[in-house]
Amino acid sequence: MKRKSLFTVAFLLTGYLLFTACNDQQSGAAQHAQNAETATEQPETHGSEIKPEEVTLTTPLNQEWVSNGKAIYDMKCQSCHKLTDERLVGPGWKGVTRRREPHWIMNMITNVDMMLEKDPEAQKLLEQCLVRMPNQNIAKEDARQILEFMRSNDGVK
Amino acid sequence: MKFYDFKTNTVLILASVCLAVTQSCKPRTAQSAATGDATKSFVAPGKYDEFYNVVSGGFNGQVAVYGIPSGRLFRIIPVFSQSPESGYGFSEETKPMLNTSHGFVPWDDQHHIALSQTKGEHDGRWAFANGNNTPRIARIDLTTFRTAEILEIPNSAGNHASPFITENSEYIVAATRFSVPLDDQNGDVPINTYKQNFKGSISFISIDPSSGEMNIAFQIRTPGVNFDLSRAGKGKSHGWFFFSCYNSEKANTLLEVNASQKDKDFVMAVNWKKAEEYVKAGKGKKQPVKYAHNVYDEKTHTATSAIKNEVLVLDPADCPDMLYLIPCPKSPHGTDVDPTGEYIVASGKLAASIPVFSYTKIQKAIAEKAFDGEYDGIPVIKYDAALHGEVVKPGLGPLHTEFDGKGNAYTSMFVSSEIVKWSISDLKVLDRVPTYYSIGHLSIPGGPTAKPHGRYMIGYNKITKDRYLPTGPELTQSAQLYDISGEKMKLILDFPTTGEPHYAEALPAGMLMDKQQKIFRIEENTHPYAAKGEGHTKVERKGNQVHVWMTAIRSHLTPDNIEGVKVGDEVYFHITNLEQDWDVPHGFAIKGANNAEILIMPGETQSLKWVADRAGIFPFYCTDFCSALHQEMSGYLRVSPSGSNVALHYSTGTNKPAVNTQAAPVNAGAPAGTE
Repeated sequence: MKRKSLFTVAFLLTGYLLFTACNDQQSGAAQHAQNAETATEQPETHGSEIKPEEVTLTTPLNQEWVSNGKAIYDMKCQSCHKLTDERLVGPGWKGVTRRREPHWIMNMITNVDMMLEKDPEAQKLLEQCLVRMPNQNIAKEDARQILEFMRSNDGVK
Repeated sequence: MKFYDFKTNTVLILASVCLAVTQSCKPRTAQSAATGDATKSFVAPGKYDEFYNVVSGGFNGQVAVYGIPSGRLFRIIPVFSQSPESGYGFSEETKPMLNTSHGFVPWDDQHHIALSQTKGEHDGRWAFANGNNTPRIARIDLTTFRTAEILEIPNSAGNHASPFITENSEYIVAATRFSVPLDDQNGDVPINTYKQNFKGSISFISIDPSSGEMNIAFQIRTPGVNFDLSRAGKGKSHGWFFFSCYNSEKANTLLEVNASQKDKDFVMAVNWKKAEEYVKAGKGKKQPVKYAHNVYDEKTHTATSAIKNEVLVLDPADCPDMLYLIPCPKSPHGTDVDPTGEYIVASGKLAASIPVFSYTKIQKAIAEKAFDGEYDGIPVIKYDAALHGEVVKPGLGPLHTEFDGKGNAYTSMFVSSEIVKWSISDLKVLDRVPTYYSIGHLSIPGGPTAKPHGRYMIGYNKITKDRYLPTGPELTQSAQLYDISGEKMKLILDFPTTGEPHYAEALPAGMLMDKQQKIFRIEENTHPYAAKGEGHTKVERKGNQVHVWMTAIRSHLTPDNIEGVKVGDEVYFHITNLEQDWDVPHGFAIKGANNAEILIMPGETQSLKWVADRAGIFPFYCTDFCSALHQEMSGYLRVSPSGSNVALHYSTGTNKPAVNTQAAPVNAGAPAGTE
């Protein structure tokens, strides 16, 4: 991959020199350099990945988090996820905290582009549902509260 | 790694060989010249342009945004004209933006752009745009590229010398192209009483430094001339404004001839710091007028329109030392101030030379009272006392001048279809390039500021003729991009533009790219009809109005089955886009809508009014391709005859129990609900 892209750059550079060599203006080369500087590529931005050790589950549940998590669910998740095991657009949430690791759930919520790019389980879900789960602009702390609500939905006290 | 290095070297050698070979090519064919220049405007796929070019739309009433140097069109921002594509001016939320004292005015003629400045340099906050026909000024927010505010200008007709901005965005101005009887006078007068009854006016519009909100701080009443263009002083001349005026003859018919009689018209110099003092000292008089002030709120996602009833007016007769006139050859058009603020370039469009005035000499002339009489009570400064010098025989029909910050000026020549580069210090012509054809305005990035970015110059031409594939009688407008980094100007790109661009400004991409608003936070949405979550969707009847709180998310609308609407009902679809991801708008359209579609940005609520004109089933759907199941993102509205007793019912994903359609009434007692 790297070699290929170097070649591409070199090829373009060669082509550029070829084109501008006849140019009677010295400023041409300087200008192109500036051109390349400002013309940056835009990488997809993904949030930082949440590691397993960053999530601690405790009982009894934090009831404030449960109710905050439900409020976020109502606004941003309910359109696609039922609280039963029935699939709507995405899978129903019943049992999700037993099927998935806590950090997997939180990454799916906060970092869906990264997950769909590299996590095989997330990719399998996309094949089933065919709609990319939207990035709903949810912060890590909010994702943790949603997780608490999911645990509550799964019967944890 | 070694292999890698080897490849690099090979490539570099190859490149050097190519360079050596091509340097030897002596005769430059048209082809090689063209391709050589094309590399300068080439922006590779996936790469970004260096500049945003904010371009007036002329008779389309909108503002367009292009990339420089590629000339690619990124966006058409709806400003003064309705846009059926986005629903701007059609949706209930945006209709108030186009309200005026004349009622709803869904079109205008948009000529000039002014980008906000701090300390004489672009600050990348707002773009201001004028509406020429029904005098208005709009403010565009450069984080959303949407129209945030529109202010109507009273006592004005043909808001042409507008919007020009001071170096710290203290004011933008609006000076009238047509002098007319004032708004509080009886305007029902014979037209040939122009000299008695017609007056000019210049509005100074203050800009709130944090919100950007515009307010008419004061107006200056002027003789009944026609104001054409303007520029604020900067640096040493900060505190002054310069306006070109024509028709000092005060003709009211066949201006083509009758307003071109005198050898000289005027540049009007306005000491606005002095005007501020007069306002503070209570010299202003309140005049009853009527004008609209429209503001869009990004939290309620709704515009409001307020009618204002008063404007503060300064009369030059009560305010000495505020206005001066400088004679200027033959119907001056552009009046442009160089980056240092010392030189004022006035282009007499019928003159054979370009006069350049000196701010220092103007001040000296005022101090020494080097006047040549008065015009309507305003002192006229002696031409020679104000003059730095003339650019002799620059070309035909000089219109506008921009600057590169290196001591050079570039003037567009309409009649001789060229741009002329000249030196400000010695007024010598340095270079000229042809334009295709009949150039109007020109733009250098940062050209009107104290620190031009230079490098490129764009010419906006009035005539296209043979430059592109022909498309019947009406042709695309032609713009041309020049490289001005060297001594000689070089044409590097032709690109088509929409509407008819007049003035434009350009600023570095880096000033705007990183602060673009990507979504509207759904938590902050305070639209009264927002459904912040599917649990809040509902349908309610108020008399013959039916309000639908609907949500959109990939890939369904909720509710998507609606029954109980009757012929004659006005249905308001209030759609909230629940997405919180960049670049995922949803659209909404319903069969038979007499207005438009609406596009709803993530987190936003927008409303479309629809009138049920007949019984039947009316499908609605998302118009903005959003996902693999976009085609499924749809629903049905049932309309029953006006006397019908079909109950209001709405749902998504749940069918009512099947019923025999022969049996009427159908399921009349069904409870409304989403489950």
